[in-house]
Amino acid sequence: MPAHLTTATIDPWSHLAAISQSLPAGSFGANAIFVGTMRDHNLGDSVTSLYLECYPAMAQRYLDELINHAQKRWRLHEALIIHRTGTIQPGEIIVLLATWSAHREAAFEACRSMLEDLKQNAPFWKRETLADGTHRWEVTH
Amino acid sequence: MSITVRYFASLRDTLGRDTDQLELAAGVDTVRAVWTQLQGDTPPPASTLVARNLEYAKWDDPVSDGDEIAFFPPVSGG
Repeated sequence: MPAHLTTATIDPWSHLAAISQSLPAGSFGANAIFVGTMRDHNLGDSVTSLYLECYPAMAQRYLDELINHAQKRWRLHEALIIHRTGTIQPGEIIVLLATWSAHREAAFEACRSMLEDLKQNAPFWKRETLADGTHRWEVTH
Repeated sequence: MSITVRYFASLRDTLGRDTDQLELAAGVDTVRAVWTQLQGDTPPPASTLVARNLEYAKWDDPVSDGDEIAFFPPVSGG
């Protein structure tokens, strides 16, 4: 039930394949996946890059607990959260969140619920760099 | 009592530093009192959140020796 913070670009398929292949063949019937990527625009402005700050120890703890709670609530076979930190460019992945379960209802519900909780509560912040070179902290989700 | 206070994101930019090491003054025993000891009469920006030892906390929660208190703006991850 891993959660990771990383400054490296995220290759979702390699992570998803590694976990799927680690589970007994045929043991799960559903794998729900959310991939959040950086837009090149926000609030009507062009955004050229994004700095993702976090409170590392608290963010790690929060994501670990998010997965642990979801695993118990939805009886997941496995769950994965990888969240980027540092400077990223438009089109790069900010977050990868995936769930594996016996049936699709649990996989979808857990994936959506964990994502919304993460966005509301996990200690990450986005600072945008706009096309004119100015910076601003994102204050809305 | 000695504690560590951390600031993140726009609040860190506003205050101009990311950490304070603090010897608590007499009678300073809540998160709110820690803010007041450090910032005086300057109130925290609206919606400022607090954490104590890596868990969300309330402004009236107690503080203890060795605690890590964090102040930060609403989050925007994911």
